[in-house]
Amino acid sequence: MSQIIDRRLNPKHKSAVNRQRFLKRFRRQIRKAVSDAVDGRSITDTESGERVNIPAKDLSEPEFRHGPGGRREIIHPGNKEFVTGDRVPRPQGGSGRGNKASNQGEGQDDFVFELSRDEFLEFFFEDLELPDLVKTRLAQVVSTKSVPAGFSKDGIPPNLHVVRSLKEAHARRIALTAGKRRRLRRLEAELEALLAQEAGPDPSAVEALEKEIARLKRHIGAVPFIDTLDLRYRNRIQVPRPTTQAVMFCLMDVSGSMDQFKKSLAKRFFILLYLFLSRNYERTDVVFIRHHTIAKEVDEEEFFYSRETGGTVVSSALVMLRDIIRERYPVQDWNLYAAQASDGDNWPEDSGNCGRLLEEEILPCLQYFAYIEIDNEYPLGLWQEYEKVAERWPNFAMRAIDEPSEIYPVFRELFRKRGVEG
Amino acid sequence: MNGDLKPISTGSEWSFELLEAYDREIARVAAGFGLDTYPNQIEVISSEQMMDAYASCGLPVYYHHWSFGKQFLSVEKHYKRGQMGLAYELVINSDPCIAYLMEENTMMMQALVIAHACYGHNSFFKNNYLFKAWTVADAIVDYLVFAKHFIAECEERYGLEAVEEILDSCHALMNYGVDRYRKPPPLSLREEQLRQRERAEYLQSQVNDLWRRTIPENFRKTGDKEERFPSEPEENLLYFIEKNAPLLEPWQREIVRIVRKIAQYLYPQRHTKVMNEGWATFWHYTLLNALYDQGRVTDGFMLEFLESHTAVTAQPSFDHDFYNGINPYALGFAMFRDLRRICREPTEEDRRWFPEIAGRDWLETLDFAMRNFKDDSFISQYLSPRVIRQFKFFSVLDDEREDELEISAIHDESGYQAIRHALSEQYNLGNLEPDIQVWSVDTRGDRSLTLRYFQRRDRPLADSAEEVLRHVYRLWGFTVRLETVDERGRVKWCHECG
Repeated sequence: MSQIIDRRLNPKHKSAVNRQRFLKRFRRQIRKAVSDAVDGRSITDTESGERVNIPAKDLSEPEFRHGPGGRREIIHPGNKEFVTGDRVPRPQGGSGRGNKASNQGEGQDDFVFELSRDEFLEFFFEDLELPDLVKTRLAQVVSTKSVPAGFSKDGIPPNLHVVRSLKEAHARRIALTAGKRRRLRRLEAELEALLAQEAGPDPSAVEALEKEIARLKRHIGAVPFIDTLDLRYRNRIQVPRPTTQAVMFCLMDVSGSMDQFKKSLAKRFFILLYLFLSRNYERTDVVFIRHHTIAKEVDEEEFFYSRETGGTVVSSALVMLRDIIRERYPVQDWNLYAAQASDGDNWPEDSGNCGRLLEEEILPCLQYFAYIEIDNEYPLGLWQEYEKVAERWPNFAMRAIDEPSEIYPVFRELFRKRGVEG
Repeated sequence: MNGDLKPISTGSEWSFELLEAYDREIARVAAGFGLDTYPNQIEVISSEQMMDAYASCGLPVYYHHWSFGKQFLSVEKHYKRGQMGLAYELVINSDPCIAYLMEENTMMMQALVIAHACYGHNSFFKNNYLFKAWTVADAIVDYLVFAKHFIAECEERYGLEAVEEILDSCHALMNYGVDRYRKPPPLSLREEQLRQRERAEYLQSQVNDLWRRTIPENFRKTGDKEERFPSEPEENLLYFIEKNAPLLEPWQREIVRIVRKIAQYLYPQRHTKVMNEGWATFWHYTLLNALYDQGRVTDGFMLEFLESHTAVTAQPSFDHDFYNGINPYALGFAMFRDLRRICREPTEEDRRWFPEIAGRDWLETLDFAMRNFKDDSFISQYLSPRVIRQFKFFSVLDDEREDELEISAIHDESGYQAIRHALSEQYNLGNLEPDIQVWSVDTRGDRSLTLRYFQRRDRPLADSAEEVLRHVYRLWGFTVRLETVDERGRVKWCHECG
């Protein structure tokens, strides 16, 4: 007799451990794949996982096998025109006829698999060497905040609201005894009137009244001073934290000296800021401004992938930033963040302009301005100018970087501040 | 429809009551054909659980290893993109015989799987001589549990990486961890646990003893004739390593043993792909048709059934895009079906080729074939000219000394024997896997281990051999040498690691 068992409720993901082991073992390759993927995806795309390719030879499990060569006879099905003794040219690849990339494990196709969103972010953060606390916060899907929300009948003793509870008790006592008190007052008045009669009170009537009065008093006294149903507790509910909107300006120098590597570093810098903002605000707009001698607002594609040549005038981008803020993002409605990446190259006379623009017109409306200078062997005019700005403005951060792991410190201040608040 | 019984069900939805009803009916019909099975344990699972089961070679319990994670990722990817349906059945050679049904399947598929796995594979597991000799169906689940716990314990004690290294090396040699001629003692969880510690201590003392006897000084003093070690070449590399590797810790030896035992358990399955699938396919076909003849399933059920049955037994020809070798389901099914035909309606040709079975009782003949053969011997015994014609088999000779391939035989009178022989050879694991054995250990000198590859038909080893050798080195701890010996006994090539 067969036994039929429903196992569908048994734990799934029995392979989760093996999956983690696999990811751990091929950490290096996966990191590289994630890093390549970051170059390829939109900076606002932080909700999806990623396809990862690993060269098959890296993760092959070796075993003793026959190599090509020697003599062998292979049987195939589906003969159409061959007769015994026919000779046919050897197909490319050497082994038997019709043998395409076979299942013998010799095919050199890449091993492809999907990383989940969480796994992807983990590798991305690892690349940037984020501190754990920050990682956790950024990876959270929605952060919530506990806010007071009136009173509730249930709760824990520390949340007991005494005044409110006594008010309730008072109201209850009034409600439960009002009728009786009214009657009591009437009876007492009657009794008084009776006793005041000149003819002398009727003893039996007095006795009845007194009895009734005593009974009412007893009843009134029996209503408890405070009861469990009077208790009121302070109530708190969790509301999603991001309740506001932010806009993030990405400013990048696209003059000839910014090569693909520098842009790729810059991209990580922008992604990190975006991640942070999208966790903290309900809505995050991204504005891309690229510039060489003149600035232009572009879409993401053009921002990262088109190249220009020529000189560099950084202030053109700052002017555009200021204008866009004035036109589209009123300071009272939006939290404004800006991130600028450049290799430090600037028209010498322009750097002063930049400092002035920042200090007078831009920084006062911004929450945070982060600047990275990539690969600056000799700090030039712009760097020196910005250093002065950084001294005076706490919401301005700057750093020179050569590697992805150096990006995070730029934001350290920003994350720390938010960390305390959260 | 004939028969006066009503169909068991008409819709495509399944329920547990219906599963029971179908199972009861299929069991009844199977008993009528005399199928002898272990009791069945039918488990309904989700597709995700099926992927889990896939990733661990179909074993219900398995220790953790990254390679199973890799397997899982690749199954998951193919499945999610719809490139691959999950095989609709997975069945474990155990007593009771565990078979998985996926909850997504229609009632017809569930019935098909029950017939295929719970009565087809199940009876094969119970009665085929290889399975009888090499597996102990009622102990395997316990043993896997023991193995999993033991390895988890080692991971805790010695670290994930140390354990992973040993497992990697053992997996590389897994195909060389089987005995072909001795019967392993039965395993049970309790005994295994009791014996494990004893064994560890005893083994370690033996190993130490071997090396104490053979310290290099001895040689100089006595100067006697060289004693070979091992006295006979050993083909079970993992066994040899478990018993003799000088530097392994007791726990490492136990892990080698675990991998070896599991390899041994899986060994008959590698030998009987065509037979096992052919047998199961033949029986799901026969059993469901019998139900149809008795009016217990509907026409719609049969149409749906025939569609998936046809898909499973399709054999694309060699020049087709989907061609990926010979489909074991197709070949096995065709052969068992042909066997029945030879018994029931023999032709003149059959009487010439199979005088001993033509016209005999088909149930007896099939039963005998199922019990006493493995793929290569089954083909060499029973592949009929008719099946060769049906598949239009032809044989291609690939000799590296020639510029062109030669068609050495086709499906005609003069080619039947040659094709039958070549196809049988093609399923002979002894030919598929390079023949590599432990040849000697230099017990008096540098303790190096020499393996020999006995070459056949000049076939060289693939480059992966060097990497495997590094794994052998890791286990052995001293220099490891691999010599290629050609058919005349000359050492042609030697690779060293260490």
